[in-house]
Amino acid sequence: MAELMPGQKRLTPGAVISDIALVGWFVFALFPLLWMLLLAMKTPAEQTTTYFAFSPTLENFVTVLTQRGTDLTSVDFKSALLTSVINCGGAVIVSLLIGIPAAYAAGRWKFKGSEDLMFNMLSFRFAPELMVIVPLFVIYNEVGLFDTKAGMIWVLQLVTMPLVVWILRSYFQDLPEDLEQAALLDGYTRRRAFVMVALPLVRPGIAAAALLAFIFAWNNYVFPLILADTNASTVTVAITKFLGGGGQAYYNLTAAAALIGALPPLVLALSIQRYLVRGLSFGAVKS
Amino acid sequence: MTTVTKERPTAPGPELPTVPDSRRRLRPYILSLPALLVVVGILYPFVLGAYYSILNYAAANPNPEVVWFANFASVLADSDFWTSVRITAVFAIAATVIETVLGVGIALLLNRSSFVGKIFEKVLILPLMIAPVIAGVMWKLMFNPQFGVLNYVLGLGSSFDWLSKNLALWSSILVDVWTYTPFVAILVLAGIRSLPREPFEASEVDGASWWYMFRRLMLPMMWPYILVAVIFRFMDCLKAFDSIFVLTAGGPGLATRTLQIGAYEDSITFQNYSRGSTYMFLLWIIVFITARYLVKVLGKAQRRAAGAEEE
Repeated sequence: MAELMPGQKRLTPGAVISDIALVGWFVFALFPLLWMLLLAMKTPAEQTTTYFAFSPTLENFVTVLTQRGTDLTSVDFKSALLTSVINCGGAVIVSLLIGIPAAYAAGRWKFKGSEDLMFNMLSFRFAPELMVIVPLFVIYNEVGLFDTKAGMIWVLQLVTMPLVVWILRSYFQDLPEDLEQAALLDGYTRRRAFVMVALPLVRPGIAAAALLAFIFAWNNYVFPLILADTNASTVTVAITKFLGGGGQAYYNLTAAAALIGALPPLVLALSIQRYLVRGLSFGAVKS
Repeated sequence: MTTVTKERPTAPGPELPTVPDSRRRLRPYILSLPALLVVVGILYPFVLGAYYSILNYAAANPNPEVVWFANFASVLADSDFWTSVRITAVFAIAATVIETVLGVGIALLLNRSSFVGKIFEKVLILPLMIAPVIAGVMWKLMFNPQFGVLNYVLGLGSSFDWLSKNLALWSSILVDVWTYTPFVAILVLAGIRSLPREPFEASEVDGASWWYMFRRLMLPMMWPYILVAVIFRFMDCLKAFDSIFVLTAGGPGLATRTLQIGAYEDSITFQNYSRGSTYMFLLWIIVFITARYLVKVLGKAQRRAAGAEEE
């Protein structure tokens, strides 16, 4: 059998079997993505008739992003992309502005109610979304927040705020207090010590939390599905609309839209890969 | 002055004399206040949802009355609800178990850092970062009996239906496994890489077998990491919605009607807010109890793993 810890580099039967098993998983994991890419490059005539042999075209990506696609499928994908950027960017900024001070307080001091606040934040991560959305659906319709970007930014706090607060608390906890104490002794105010000393040191944490929060907000589907219509609806909802678009099947356009919608999270995730584990586990696993 | 702070690093540090004591004690609360307001703002609809569950509130009945536990009685007496409970349980348990076993396996294989592993590790997270709903769309296209690529590649012909009554639930689980196995794998891999090397080298010198080392050394030390992954996955699976909703919308029949999809049907499709909220309240109780239990197990495992590392 293969070794448990890295070290030996011999070509044993166990090592070969292990590699074959790995290849097996990655064929399974990557095949759907490859297939989407192929489907996205087929012409309407080829989309249901061929599997691997066809003349590839990039036209579908253009169609999806322009008026032609909207006329064809009645899905305005370009404006959905823009809405996604505004909703998610707005939600992350609000979460950072509100979450960083709270994370700092919870990471730096033990005070009454701090654990309760943190636990409440975490429970949002695990609460069934519809429990909150159904009443919000009623409230939003009453106060006029239904199908608005402000309404979406508010409800997305359910996704972004727990991530930001929990990840950053774990970063602030790891920060030795001595550094700030030294700054205070040098005559800095608390606020300046925080801004000039603590904040720059957790910058990687802030970047990781912000990007991860953006990714999860981007990938969210239930909130815009129920709380938005044409004005504030996002990429994830738009992609599903291609499936039934106009009574006719545009599978190649669906695939192109799916790939475009999946691209931003993929690029962002690869750029923060080092911090991903800590972020995904809410600071529970540090690597 | 400096020496004093070094001796007591956790005690409240020195401050400028101009900052009054009361303000210093209030500081954490002031910093947390905006976040607290957000929490309250989100708890408000949550509590309102709980309140809906004792009303008879629906779009058709805009002036609801308190009916106390009538909704709970009717939901609990409804066989569709229990079908949803069973489907949710099967989905959550099967998906979590499969993802954990595969994820731990992949982590162990990647930890050997073979040439093949090093290449694949870079793309491991790709499925995880794709929106679950997009994953659902992708697999729906692949599942299609006529032109879907799966039946072609696997040689199943054009009559094999992945989303039929008997298979739809397992096909949904397959999509979840595709998306989230990397989540377990990267968490466990990070855990394995943080383990100390000495115990393994020592028992290798002693001539211990691979299986013995895995069971007696690695598994106990890794257990907390595995449990963190299990908690996240199981809790998320209990409220599975996105990918199932695009794949089957709960059908055919009730075949994939998880509790969240049931709640969606009741409250959004049929606009019976009270009944939907009752579903959600019951699901929330299940989630809450499960979370408490799993966190307790995690705490125990962390203490035991800390003990194992000291040995």
